[in-house]
Amino acid sequence: MTTHTMSVLVENKPGVLARVAGLFSRRGFNIHSLAVGPTENPDISRMTIVVAVDELPLEQVTKQLNKLVNVIKIVELDPAAAVQRELLLVKVRADTTVRSQVLETVALFRAKVVDVCPEALTIEATGTADKLDALLRMLEPCGIREIAQSGMVALGRGSRAITAGSLR
Amino acid sequence: MTSVTSRDLSNEMPSPRQLPRPAPPVGAPVRVTGAQSLVRSLEALGCEAVFGIPGGTILPAYDPLLDSTRVRHVLVRHEQGAGHAATGYAQATGRVGVCMATSGPGATNLVTPLADAHMDSVPVVAITGQQTRALIGTDAFQEADITGITMPITKHNMLVKDPADIPRAIAEAFHLAATGRPGPVLVDIPKDVLQEQTSFLWPPELRLPGYRPTTRPHGKQIREAARLIAHARRPVLYVGGGVIKARATAALRELAELTGAPVVTTLMARGAFPDSHSQHLGMPGMHGTVAAVASMQRADLLVALGARFDDRVTGQLSSFAPGAAVVHADIDPAEISKNRRADVPIVGDCAEVISELIDAVRAEFQATSPDLDAWWQQLRNWQQTFPLGYDRPTDGMLAPQYAIERIGALVGPEAIYTAGVGQHQMWAAQFIKYEKPGSWINSGGLGTMGFAVPAAMGAKLGRPDVAVWAIDGDGSFQMTNQELATCAIEHIPIKVAVINNGSLGMVRQWQNLFYSERYSQTDLGTHSRIPDFVKLAEALGCVGLRCEAEPDVDKVIKQAIEIDDRPVVIDFVVGKDAQVWPMVAAGTGNNDIMAARDIRPLFDEDGS
Repeated sequence: MTTHTMSVLVENKPGVLARVAGLFSRRGFNIHSLAVGPTENPDISRMTIVVAVDELPLEQVTKQLNKLVNVIKIVELDPAAAVQRELLLVKVRADTTVRSQVLETVALFRAKVVDVCPEALTIEATGTADKLDALLRMLEPCGIREIAQSGMVALGRGSRAITAGSLR
Repeated sequence: MTSVTSRDLSNEMPSPRQLPRPAPPVGAPVRVTGAQSLVRSLEALGCEAVFGIPGGTILPAYDPLLDSTRVRHVLVRHEQGAGHAATGYAQATGRVGVCMATSGPGATNLVTPLADAHMDSVPVVAITGQQTRALIGTDAFQEADITGITMPITKHNMLVKDPADIPRAIAEAFHLAATGRPGPVLVDIPKDVLQEQTSFLWPPELRLPGYRPTTRPHGKQIREAARLIAHARRPVLYVGGGVIKARATAALRELAELTGAPVVTTLMARGAFPDSHSQHLGMPGMHGTVAAVASMQRADLLVALGARFDDRVTGQLSSFAPGAAVVHADIDPAEISKNRRADVPIVGDCAEVISELIDAVRAEFQATSPDLDAWWQQLRNWQQTFPLGYDRPTDGMLAPQYAIERIGALVGPEAIYTAGVGQHQMWAAQFIKYEKPGSWINSGGLGTMGFAVPAAMGAKLGRPDVAVWAIDGDGSFQMTNQELATCAIEHIPIKVAVINNGSLGMVRQWQNLFYSERYSQTDLGTHSRIPDFVKLAEALGCVGLRCEAEPDVDKVIKQAIEIDDRPVVIDFVVGKDAQVWPMVAAGTGNNDIMAARDIRPLFDEDGS
């Protein structure tokens, strides 16, 4: 099984997320991650969906997604030709014994400290899943208290845009 | 979207385009309530019938409905009946069937018929009342999240939160239901949205940016399909219900006669190609004819038209039609290569696909036209060696197949037949001869027992000039027969033939074959006259007749045909042990088809 990233433009209406999520579970496909947010057009949202499926089931996923009335456009993003980012917030134990080690790691990964207290630091980092995994591995020995991580968002490289406007 | 207007519709079901349709009111917005807006929208869309039951939250809609001269409301006895009636109406007329229910239990009772219409791609619009906006999400009285519940079993659904959106929602629902691959659409409207003042303006603008069904096939694929047809030695036209929905049966006949290829019609496509036609091999699948099943197994080319390679047709997928290249034409791209990989995928409306195929095949045939003589010799051999048939029960009771066969013979191909689900359904598909599209209405995909009576009611309402016979089983009949009261009161004189074998016959057949004749929970006791179907029929305002012996069959059927002022129920008391043959047992491959118990034509052929 390989991982595929799909950029899906949907109508910004209630229930659309439930329709998409329901379709995946109903047809037996696993969602790796799913991120939804607004686009340049207030009537349209973008879902970035990462799924781990083989080529043939992927074709079924795409066709079934396309059948949803609220789905406007689906594009599979080639990882080599797309910018892919996830956002990570991680709370790490950072008392005096490990604080410098944590701060060094933060600098190394070009992450940011966004909250601080005597016992812990909260760190913000963005990047690909690989980079964030590496960061977490480095922080692990210090003692991770809490993690919040977003799904992946992605855009194709270059000047071309996937827009609903180009449809009509 | 394109539409074909030059198509010959003479042999098709009445087209919505041919039916008189009230001119939609156009002009300045009018001040109305949401409920009035709803009823006006239905009128403007040419809706002539609504099947439903009022209740708390849908009540506001029933008030203006009382004044409508264009929309007839049929008060059913159970919402499931309303849903199946809308399905029967849609299948018989080719128009959108409409049902209405209140929130909560009213709406959840529509779940089965909506799932049924979804599986069989029937254009149905369901309108449900919902609790007032402020109460949504509070577990209020008779509140159910019906859009959430029906999401996977509708083509689309919507909750209308602003009365100004009602005309657009209803127009979109009709458009979605009827176009592309048809299907059910549910519109949920809160009570206060129905009560609020709004303005009604027609026609509304549809806002469906994500909905663009492909109807025109790709020319290159059509040419490739034609090339395969011209070079095939053992082709089969595998015809599904999509051909009837696309009103493409006249074109199908032209294509079949042009290619000389054999035709098989699935359970959903019975009537798409005349049973009397010499190229017709009958129904494929679990209870199909040996010739139809064998033809697909030995084919070198399957041309699937509006069919979906359902498991009941393919049997074990890995051994289905092993030597066949596949041309698959369907309006739903998701059906293509879903179960069986297509060598030539064609996305498009079957009417356009077939008419373009005819031209392309004609062009190909100028270079090569196939010689199918050897193929037909083999096909005729299967047909003659393994025709459809049945034995008389050894206990001297009436053969169910005989009763059904005689109904078909005496009532004729102009009538509409509906069925429940089970043995009687398979016998009705096998032993009634269908000549016209729309003459066979059944629950194929979902397999909904109880479908026959309400579907017949809907069909008869839509086609009052045509005789409508529900072929039902004693199990199926007991699930929805209360709609006979509706038929009696609303003057919808359907005929119901209850093939009463005293048990859940199809389950019993499997217990006989696969569970060592251990008949667990399949005896319904109906042979001891509980209930007495004749008395039940009379209690429901119908004429009740009974037939228990072969010599009486014709007489009773003729007696029923004569009665036209009331519904008629005939209790055909038949033997318990009759079985549906041929059969491909579940989980086995089509090569293991049994013509009758222990007779395996293809296996024997392979062994010799």
